[in-house]
Amino acid sequence: MLNRYGWWQWLIIVGVIVPGIFFSFPNLFGDDPGIQVRGSRGTALSSVDFDRLKALVAEPESGLIRGSLDEKGASFRFSTPGAQLKARDLFENELKDRYTIALTLLPAAPAWFESMSARPMYLGLDLRGGVHFLMEVDMEGAIRRMEERYVADLRSTLRTANVRHRGVRRTSEGGIDVTLRAVSDQDKARETILRELPDLELTAVEEGAPDRVFAQLSQRAKDELSEFALEQNITALRNRIDELGVAEPVVQRQGDRRIVVQLPGVQDTARAKRILGRTATLEMMLVDEEHNVDSAVTGSPPPGSRIFHMRDGRPILLKNRVMYSGENIVDAAASIDTQTGGPIVSITLDAAGARINQRVTGKNIGKRMAVLYIETRSKIKTDAQGRPRKGPQGRTLRTSQRIVEVITAPVIRDQLGKRFQIEGLDSVTEGQDLALMLRAGSLAAPVEIIEERTVGPSLGQANISQGFRSVVIGFGLVLIFMFIYYRTFGLFANVALAFNLVLMVAVLSVFQATLTLPGVAGIVLTVGMAVDANVLIFERIREELGNGNSPQASIHMGYNRALSTIVDANITTLIAALVLFNFGTGPIKGFAITLSIGILTSMFTAIMLTRGLVNLLYGGKQVKKLAI
Amino acid sequence: MYFLKREPRINFLGRRRLAGIVSAVLIVIGAVSLGVRGLSFGIDFTGGTLVEVSYEETVEASSVRDLIKNAGFESALVQYFGTSKDILVRLPASAVEDAAQVSSRIMVVLRSPYKETLATSASGDLQQCFSDSGTSGQCAVQMRRVEFVGPQVGEELTEKGGLAMLYALLGILIYVSWRFEWRFAIGAVAALVHDVLITVGVFSVLGLEFSLPVLAAILAVIGYSLNDTIVVFDRVRENFRKMRRGTPIDIMNVSVNQTLSRTLLTSLTTLLVVMTLLILGGEVINGFATALLVGVLVGTYSSIFVANPAVLILGISREDMLPVTKEGADADALP
Repeated sequence: MLNRYGWWQWLIIVGVIVPGIFFSFPNLFGDDPGIQVRGSRGTALSSVDFDRLKALVAEPESGLIRGSLDEKGASFRFSTPGAQLKARDLFENELKDRYTIALTLLPAAPAWFESMSARPMYLGLDLRGGVHFLMEVDMEGAIRRMEERYVADLRSTLRTANVRHRGVRRTSEGGIDVTLRAVSDQDKARETILRELPDLELTAVEEGAPDRVFAQLSQRAKDELSEFALEQNITALRNRIDELGVAEPVVQRQGDRRIVVQLPGVQDTARAKRILGRTATLEMMLVDEEHNVDSAVTGSPPPGSRIFHMRDGRPILLKNRVMYSGENIVDAAASIDTQTGGPIVSITLDAAGARINQRVTGKNIGKRMAVLYIETRSKIKTDAQGRPRKGPQGRTLRTSQRIVEVITAPVIRDQLGKRFQIEGLDSVTEGQDLALMLRAGSLAAPVEIIEERTVGPSLGQANISQGFRSVVIGFGLVLIFMFIYYRTFGLFANVALAFNLVLMVAVLSVFQATLTLPGVAGIVLTVGMAVDANVLIFERIREELGNGNSPQASIHMGYNRALSTIVDANITTLIAALVLFNFGTGPIKGFAITLSIGILTSMFTAIMLTRGLVNLLYGGKQVKKLAI
Repeated sequence: MYFLKREPRINFLGRRRLAGIVSAVLIVIGAVSLGVRGLSFGIDFTGGTLVEVSYEETVEASSVRDLIKNAGFESALVQYFGTSKDILVRLPASAVEDAAQVSSRIMVVLRSPYKETLATSASGDLQQCFSDSGTSGQCAVQMRRVEFVGPQVGEELTEKGGLAMLYALLGILIYVSWRFEWRFAIGAVAALVHDVLITVGVFSVLGLEFSLPVLAAILAVIGYSLNDTIVVFDRVRENFRKMRRGTPIDIMNVSVNQTLSRTLLTSLTTLLVVMTLLILGGEVINGFATALLVGVLVGTYSSIFVANPAVLILGISREDMLPVTKEGADADALP
């Protein structure tokens, strides 16, 4: 019989609509002020700690709605922002700095929704407020540093193999140049290098330069180094973000040299930038007390020593050997010296560092030990107009600048061990930042922020309310129009449109796709475009009626004939949406996602759902006239 | 309710010369403007820094401008954004070290007359500041938005944007060739290029900012306009097979007329929501909605007046549109 749906078609409709409603439901509840507690640097939050925290906010006055613990950490929901702030102070007091405690907004939907993984949509930073950084890792810088290390390795390798050389140096274009004393050593040198240092590649002997060996890092070594530098940087950035106390941070690699960092709810972007982008570390060296600084400055420094500068510009002569560096530091804390009132950083060393510290300071009591502050800054080379300059392979050229300052050079009064203090810092803030960076680990290669998008809380709120209003009013206008134009069939289309919105929200919620402001615009646009399928069908039905067909036959032919048009039209739009998605940086991607989802869900609601409703009303009986 | 009581018989294709002249004039005006004035690209493409702040009360843009210029940001552009409580500061990409820090330095400068520094505040709340006297409260200067785009990111984006446009057109060309015929594919793409050129031209003539969302809107317009064109083409294909008599021009005219009420209806519902976005969507979405508005109008026009004549010029005939009968297809049906 014409225009009847079989049981399986109804099953599909119910099977889509019911989960759709269920998964879109959590979005209706809004947010509660909450606190997230995570173990920093990989340590998990134990259930014992969780119970301790819970006990702190057990009284009803504390405003706790509920607390929960999962593999990511603990989350607590509170009834008011005031209660949230109070609880944070309590938690911080209890846990000290072993854990990351972050203020956040948590979905207010009942817990059983979350247990069935029904969560509200994941709002992008332009809606909830927060910082988005795109960072570029200076791989050339990492390779340069690696080559510098190989210069020393080459020297010692050649020395042990009894190959005498006139010099080993890194050339400014990259690669390491070895000049041998004897031409006859060429083969032996090449053999030794290839055997002992397999990551190096040698170029063929140049004509006219039989005494030269030119070594380069192999492509494999470079790739491995890049991979390592990127991963190491991501880990270091994660650790630093943990120190900042951010709920739900995102640190992701993008391509082979970029890292995306998203910090929802962060307001102090200046601090975030200062902390994330810097490569500061410390090195400890002994002061050369045997030679005079002034004569070294005017003449040349004695062998084994080098001239450095204090922060105020005074020169100081240091013995050219690093005792230990930031890598040996396991903990650092900033505080204020009770006697001088100046900022200090207390440092705890690992076992290796402590051993060295003990031995060297024990032997050098009465002499001075210098603490060097080392920071690498990398920046793009630009021309006069501020446009980046490109290298031969189309990569932007960078310069990196190494800042080395001697913070302090105190006299060693006692044998030092695992713990000691550094003074001579400029400000309390510097002390705090330095301590944080030493705790979180240094970056393997310098990074630079190449993009920032920050949205403040007031704009985020405004975006949400404006977006919501646009959806509601655009939706309302289309509903009214469709009802006036198509009457009963218009109502069918309206039901379909409403469910299309529900399904879009459900799909966005289930996949936790990021909803951005352009994404909201995409929703509004799909509301306008989704009715197109129904307009096509209904116009076709009217046409068939005009051709003198019976109402039942008109419905049947209207749906069938419009189908291929709808599919063609939607697939071509989908092509444009997919291109957008692939091209997309953040905001564009959000638009492409909602547009694509909208196209797919609207095909279901506009064709299958409306047909079901039409069949229900008109199908399988005598109909004289259609209300279309 | 009906817009058109009965199927209209408008000779659309008969006016294709006039339409061609109108389109050509619009495109030339746009092209000349692009050549002379160019597009005012947003910082997404040029690189640079943008800071939007809001004040509790009305501020003088000129005093903010002086404040920022005195702090050494000579090239800064300061203007109201939406209301006289909101200020937008723009800086072109520069060769200064730590370009990413410029926005933070500008915030410090903007807060300096109020002698306040940022304190921690609860998530989702307005920014809290410490005042000079050590008390904390809501900041007088609220940071609403900061965008910093490094020069290399902008350059890549320009390149990728152009490529995206090309890929979209190429994908469409292939799909339409497969589903219809190559002449239709070229007709559809001609209409899309037409829409893109005119929309970009409008942005150039009016001096509107061409930002990343605007680019997204133009790609959405490609999708929308194509939607329209495909609906008409679908009917042309159907009528080529159904109508035994009639020249290609007649068939196209009938097809456009048959789909006219649908074309108008869908444009109307889309325009309804685009107008909603334009009026209610806020400043950030304004450019996006403007591009959509222009694009939907031009797209509706082009699916009638550009796509069909292009197919006609390429020399379409009934034989091209008849379904290819597979040999042996009939044989299978025999017992």
